[in-house]
Amino acid sequence: MSNEKKKFNWKAVTQHHLFLPIVCLLVVLLVNVIKTPDFFVISMKGGVLYGYLVDVVNRASELVIVAIGMTLVTAASGGQDISVGAVMAVAASVCCQILSGGQVSTDTLMNSMALAIIAAIIVAGLCGAFNGFLVANLGIQPMVATLILYTAGRGIAQLVTKGQITYVRVDSFKVMGGYIGKCPIPTPIFFAIAAIILINIILKKTALGLYIESVGINGSASRLVGLNSTMIKFLTYVICGVLAGVAGIVASSRIYSADANNIGLNLEMDAILAVALGGNVLSGGKFSIMGSVIGAYTIQALTTTLYAMAVSADQLPVYKAIVVIIIVVIQSPVFRRNMEAWKQKRALRNKAMEGGH
Amino acid sequence: MRIKKILCSALLVSCMVFAMTACGSKKAAQTGSDAKSGNITVGFSQVGAESDWRTANSTSMKETFSEKNGYTLIFDDAQQKQENQIKAIRNFIQQEVDYIVLAPVTETGWDTVLKEAKDAGIPVIIVDRMVKVSDESLYTAWVGSNFELEGKKAAAWLKAYLDKTGRGDEQINIVDIQGTIGASAQIGRTKGLEDACKENKNWNLLAEETGEFTQSKGQEVMESLLKKHKDDIDVVYCENDNEAFGAIDAITAAGKTVGTGKDDILVMSFDSTKTGLTDVKDGKIILDTECNPLHGPRVEEIIKALEAGETPEKQQYVDEEIFAAVEDVDSVKVEDQDYSVTVVTDDVIKGRAY
Repeated sequence: MSNEKKKFNWKAVTQHHLFLPIVCLLVVLLVNVIKTPDFFVISMKGGVLYGYLVDVVNRASELVIVAIGMTLVTAASGGQDISVGAVMAVAASVCCQILSGGQVSTDTLMNSMALAIIAAIIVAGLCGAFNGFLVANLGIQPMVATLILYTAGRGIAQLVTKGQITYVRVDSFKVMGGYIGKCPIPTPIFFAIAAIILINIILKKTALGLYIESVGINGSASRLVGLNSTMIKFLTYVICGVLAGVAGIVASSRIYSADANNIGLNLEMDAILAVALGGNVLSGGKFSIMGSVIGAYTIQALTTTLYAMAVSADQLPVYKAIVVIIIVVIQSPVFRRNMEAWKQKRALRNKAMEGGH
Repeated sequence: MRIKKILCSALLVSCMVFAMTACGSKKAAQTGSDAKSGNITVGFSQVGAESDWRTANSTSMKETFSEKNGYTLIFDDAQQKQENQIKAIRNFIQQEVDYIVLAPVTETGWDTVLKEAKDAGIPVIIVDRMVKVSDESLYTAWVGSNFELEGKKAAAWLKAYLDKTGRGDEQINIVDIQGTIGASAQIGRTKGLEDACKENKNWNLLAEETGEFTQSKGQEVMESLLKKHKDDIDVVYCENDNEAFGAIDAITAAGKTVGTGKDDILVMSFDSTKTGLTDVKDGKIILDTECNPLHGPRVEEIIKALEAGETPEKQQYVDEEIFAAVEDVDSVKVEDQDYSVTVVTDDVIKGRAY
């Protein structure tokens, strides 16, 4: 009886939607136990936390923030926003350009930090609203609609920075990508946690999460029930844009400059991958924010692991691809169904053999 | 219905305006080629304006091929797209320019359009990046940086510096933060270091990781390298200035110091941008090897040689300097040639265009 109960629990665990994403993250981390034993050592150095794990959590912050927005967009519209990387660059350049007062490099703040951050986030929100308008109101395919800003975004960022890399060498600006005062935890981690908590509260305390899911599963049906599906889709794109803006500010604060060509480069692809690794269906509907967050940490853990193993730079993408293929295949419904069928078959055969004895 | 009509007409009007401006710009470009028969017309297809280096490169061309010097320059910014460059070259051929200068965005895919230029009898001079074509005669000459020599110069300086400071026989641990894998700058600079590490038995190349020529990647890679190799790293060899900025931040964040002291880490870099040289002056970067964007004068030499009926050399390199933070080494010798080392002062930085 007790045995059966245990089995039941185990099944509940494996059936949980976060089970596979967490297993994948653990597998990636466990490789390090064998290859780099001191991967898990966290020490204090110079008053701050120091260690590979800290790097993983710290470096993944922007990806986590962007992946949250990507999850919402994916769930509501059944498509992805591929402009997030470019929107990050736009937000970063707006922020730095305001702080530097139009100069290429500055040692003092020309305008208040609050103004720059708010302006950057508003611009990012507008970018999101533009995407949302095209997708929700005009019914353009998300990939095509966001392709516009994907190509034009970096151009806009270049225009804002006049084609230069704008440097803001002020300590108070470096805080967002560095450390707050004597706090030993890197600030980007706080941004990521804040984004996770805030979005979760919004989704849990209001019915927005439920609405997004129902719009994603069947937009027309939701409209017939009385949901404004256009508005909900539009809203997810605005949220996605704003989150990309926050990620852009963090990324530019890390390098205390607005590098329009490189900030958030290819991050949209990693964000989509994070959503997929989190066990979310890319065609919309039910979604899990935590899944995407775990997916994002998995991607960064993989990158840092490969650095720690000193995989040579030209082979890096191959290893990354192999691991990603394995993870995606394990999570694919067809593979899981086949595994289920194979298990049942084996169980049957075992039973038949037992019967034969 | 009315809104539709208004929208429709607005669209038509904008189309018309666009078409008219397009015509206008074409006309302007054509008059450029017909202008003053005495001038030599040069068509220059530039990649874009993605970095300070590129801007300085464009400025050098514009200054060299000015009306004052007897040239008419038709400048085309391709905005990082090869199809724009191909279009520009076809335009140059139609406008019957005397010379075409091309700063290619990629190495491959130029055969057809360069053949068209050759058939039209217009010499093509390639600058900066190389082109890979089946027939070498499709272009007249190439002007650019010798990236391998840059790497060799940096390595030679390091050897001379270590000898001078009495560390010539010590075990020296080096990490290489490479550029974007496959870029010619990365290939040449990495090779320069690798060869030197083979020659000097006491140099250990601990790791080679790519920082993709960006500050954030350089920082991320350096963070990881510092954890892997703890206190072992003596020299960080960054393949451009942006990576060096990131690496320095990572080193400082880990509680270590950069500079020339006993426990300091030596940071070496390439490009010598204005911001890079500022860090050299502050002693954060110990050596910065120049990647000279001023291609204009060299290209002009080639054009002058062609005008005089001579055959210029196929591969030509621009002169590149070496900038150091310390005075220990006056000059370095690479392949039997001496290259002097400049110590960075405020004047050097002030005189920097990019």
